[in-house]
Amino acid sequence: MELVCPAGSLPALQAAVDNGADTVYTGLRDGTNARHFPGLNFTPEKLRRGIDYAHRHRRRVLMAINTYAQSSGWAQWTSAVDHAADLGIDGIILADAGLLEYASRTHPNLPRHLSVQGSATSTEALQFYQELFGIRRAVLPRVLSLAQVTRLAEDAPVELEVFGFGSLCIMAEGRCLLSSYATGESPNTAGACSPAAHVRWSELDDGHLESRLNGVLIDRFEPQERAGYPTLCKGRFTVGEHTGHILEEPTSLNTLDLLPQLHAAGITAIKLEGRQRSPGYVAGVTRVWRQAIDRCLRDPGAYRTDPDGNVVLAGFSEGSQTTLGAYHRSWQ
Amino acid sequence: MPKIALGPCQYFWPREQTETFYARIAETSADIVYLGESVCPKRRELRPEDWIALGRELAAQGKEVVLSTLTLLEARSELGMVRRLCDNGEFRVEANDVAAVQMLREHQLPFVGGAFLNIYNPESLRLYREQGMFRWVMPLEMGRDSLGALLADYSAADVETEVFAYGRMPLAWSARCYTARYHDLPKDQCGLRCIEDPEGIPVHTRDGELFLNINGIQTQSGRVTNLLPEWQNMADMGVDVLRISPRPEGTAERIEALAAEMRGEQGAVAAMSEGEVEDCNGYWFGQAGMQVVRE
Repeated sequence: MELVCPAGSLPALQAAVDNGADTVYTGLRDGTNARHFPGLNFTPEKLRRGIDYAHRHRRRVLMAINTYAQSSGWAQWTSAVDHAADLGIDGIILADAGLLEYASRTHPNLPRHLSVQGSATSTEALQFYQELFGIRRAVLPRVLSLAQVTRLAEDAPVELEVFGFGSLCIMAEGRCLLSSYATGESPNTAGACSPAAHVRWSELDDGHLESRLNGVLIDRFEPQERAGYPTLCKGRFTVGEHTGHILEEPTSLNTLDLLPQLHAAGITAIKLEGRQRSPGYVAGVTRVWRQAIDRCLRDPGAYRTDPDGNVVLAGFSEGSQTTLGAYHRSWQ
Repeated sequence: MPKIALGPCQYFWPREQTETFYARIAETSADIVYLGESVCPKRRELRPEDWIALGRELAAQGKEVVLSTLTLLEARSELGMVRRLCDNGEFRVEANDVAAVQMLREHQLPFVGGAFLNIYNPESLRLYREQGMFRWVMPLEMGRDSLGALLADYSAADVETEVFAYGRMPLAWSARCYTARYHDLPKDQCGLRCIEDPEGIPVHTRDGELFLNINGIQTQSGRVTNLLPEWQNMADMGVDVLRISPRPEGTAERIEALAAEMRGEQGAVAAMSEGEVEDCNGYWFGQAGMQVVRE
């Protein structure tokens, strides 16, 4: 079972390698990937150094090019693919059908993974991407229950990668327009959700703190309440008589408890979310998952989640809480 | 002149209401009617066979009938429902997930590519065209300028372009059912409570702004997109079909207003849109979707 860890900078990439990542995934410093945040990600030169570092330690580096190529900027996306090939990267993570076709035609030997943004949840969908573009692996959206993941793994024509930990998208990835509805920018088009440039904080006279996204009130906090980033789907809104977290609370996914089942199902790789997070985060979560996977592989039957590991992960989580998300039927 | 399409009903209505609704639609000027359950597999007031039977009635009255598939697929049983539609042997299918595309291309059947296939550039359009797509629905967040650039680049006239031009926009799909969550029910024992809300449940911000609309596993825009006043510009750009999404009230009237305006009756659409405080059109003008842009 391969551990796939995030890196939004060279120090984060090194932290991932040093703490036991098998593979590190990255992105270029532009809108071609779904973590297009100010100051984050790699120039080609920085990425070259990162790849050198990882390869010296016999680890792999992937590049996410997983936004949808906009009609006005096709060359930017194809050039990202070409850059990846030139840099000697170990694989690219794509969602756009046109771009997958370009990559398979232009760089047939560069391994292609289907991004979570590609929204493939069935054998038929995986067959489509495998037959047309020869994908090696697919990252599954966070919408399937453990039973559904297990069932899919039985006849999937490609390797499967699932999310193990990190910020939780509660909507099917690649099919969520909430952010562009409020701000004009979405993961699909701009590589950003609830982008920081649209966030405004204001403290009211009575001590309440309000967070707005392009003017839309996302949350209002009590004077002593811990205020989280205004991710749109985790705000507090009013429905009928009820005001609260209508869609989801600020929480992160954590599937440490499911490792033996995911292993038994034949899942190839576990992905940790968080390219936008610090090298300290990457080091911390990578270490916990490295140990957990090693223990699981040694003796899956005896595997028990390390409570200390869960504490570390909760500390890195939104709202300091974690959930099994859609893996667990009751969450749905 | 662009055609007028009625999109699949996104809501869960009692069978009788659905039948009454489509009997009225049969009498309208709509050219194309999309039928079927595209949101939740548990909604079975009409089963695939019933939708196909309804399609036969509409086809007999001159409508082009297209069967729409589920958008978010999770269980194997849901793939079975999609396959039943793809294998119907009679009507063309709107593929709302790549799984449906795969089934249709295996049988070399022509299909409509739904908005969530995420076709944002001419290369993707060409690729799906080669797989048998004869019409595509533009992603909802795409605007006039992006569509113009895409169509100019694509240049071939071998695929029809459809725009979601009126209705509450589907914005997101989830494993979680927000209607069940609102009623504090587990999804597996939801009691199909969404049948109580023929147009979903509005979500307001805490300062009272209409923001979103809950419709089972689907989250919609709180505001209603209304691009109908843009129909002539769309026609000039090469848009072939304008989609109106069903609402419990006023849908047939809106289809007729658009048809009347296309026949030369100026002001028919504007008259219908007057006083609508919940409308929006931002996506079309390259803005946030919920914005109202007046040119």
